[in-house]
Amino acid sequence: MFAAFGTTCVLLLQGCSGWQSALDPKGPAASELAWLIWFFTGLCALIWLLVMIALAAPLAMRSRTRSDPLVLDPGAEHRKARAVWAALGATTVILVGLTLLSFFANRTLAAIGSDAELTIRVTGHQWWWEVRYENAQPSRILTTANEIHIPSGEPVRIIVTSTDVIHSFWVPSLAGKLDLIPGHENVLDLMADKPGVYRGQCAEFCGQQHANMSTLIIAEPRPVFDAWLNDQLRSAAAPVSAEASAGAELFLNRACVMCHKIGGTVAGGTVAPDLTHIASRQTLAAGTLTMSRGNLAAWIADPQGIKPGAHMPVVDLNGDELNAIVAYLEGLK
Amino acid sequence: MKRGLVVLLSATLALAACQREERDTRPQSALGSGEQPAPVTTLEPGGERPSVSDNKAAAFEANAFHLSEGKRLFNWFNCTGCHANGGGGMGPALMDQKWIYGSSIESIHATIRDGRPNGMPTFRDKVPDDQIWELAAFVRSLGGNAPSSAAPSRNDDMMVHPSENRLPDAATLGKSP
Repeated sequence: MFAAFGTTCVLLLQGCSGWQSALDPKGPAASELAWLIWFFTGLCALIWLLVMIALAAPLAMRSRTRSDPLVLDPGAEHRKARAVWAALGATTVILVGLTLLSFFANRTLAAIGSDAELTIRVTGHQWWWEVRYENAQPSRILTTANEIHIPSGEPVRIIVTSTDVIHSFWVPSLAGKLDLIPGHENVLDLMADKPGVYRGQCAEFCGQQHANMSTLIIAEPRPVFDAWLNDQLRSAAAPVSAEASAGAELFLNRACVMCHKIGGTVAGGTVAPDLTHIASRQTLAAGTLTMSRGNLAAWIADPQGIKPGAHMPVVDLNGDELNAIVAYLEGLK
Repeated sequence: MKRGLVVLLSATLALAACQREERDTRPQSALGSGEQPAPVTTLEPGGERPSVSDNKAAAFEANAFHLSEGKRLFNWFNCTGCHANGGGGMGPALMDQKWIYGSSIESIHATIRDGRPNGMPTFRDKVPDDQIWELAAFVRSLGGNAPSSAAPSRNDDMMVHPSENRLPDAATLGKSP
């Protein structure tokens, strides 16, 4: 019985490691929070255990002879009163202690990004993330979507807001969650200790496709990150094959151009994800599909079947047109 | 027995509220606006041509979901660039009762799909047909031609001053921290 329970617990705990877990921290903010979670849980479990023992012990050691309840023993009364006062005192000390702990943890979290060099603006949309790398030089401001590259080992400031409803930005391995509120900016500082890929997820119910609104945080060493940023700042690659050229032509003359942007072309829509370097990303439609030629075609052909309710409409394209557009997008590395 | 019946009846009545508005986001016909006739004018040799009626008109005209989608697309596709928020600018006003080509949803749909002389461009092929119907339904609602139970409300940013939660933070004076 206990063995089965223990095995189940161990199996369940295995789910707590990996690229999206608050119990497997990969950054200072998450470590602070994980420590707090374990300490709170441990202390509360201990208190619960003590209370249960205090309740069960008198039941187990019940004496057969009952004394007259109206006869008071002053010594026993004193002992009981002392026990109650001690419990009350302990409760106060523990509550104040936990409050102080959580207060100091908050201070540590707030201090992480005080000298952050990189500011990223994350805007929530139904149901994808717009990511904008701020820079004093306007030509070096980068807008991309759904995938956030950060340099590892240094603090990053993330300013979050939303354009439609309240979303919440949560990358459990790196930091706590923070709400994205329309018309209001919130600031989250995070840091990844080591290079790696961490998964984030919208943590505030935001509509039909809330579950399919995820993001990837890709932490890489500074030189790799700088190279990535410079690469992303380039205009889109020109189509190489005849099919891809036809696809580029179709992209600019059909419904795609109304919402999407491809840097270096006349497509300049800002209401949908920027596609300038779409093929360099790992996922499609905010983590709904992995990036591949087949998935690109599937997503364009039937977005409402894959992500019902998403704002990407079913566009009237025949097979050849679909293939051409996919060939073009596939080349946008 | 009688009480059971009452409970059953109220449960049935309550369940009737679970009926959701149908949201058809996946048009059945893959063919959109491509092959449809384009009536640009009602002037015809030998008299007025009969007004074209489309079976999509009724489905989109008074549907709250389609109206609100139309409102979103009106901003997304920058209709405001010429028509402002319905008050008109470079393009004609949309919230008055003057309709150059008639106030029917079919006519507005034709206007968006095929364009009109003096500046209205065509959006055939650029906007999927169902979205044109949504836009047409919303444009009609601007002049109060849609049932108020379905018509979308006015934008927050068009109020005299922003709502309280959108006012700039006094501490940062609206600047990013």
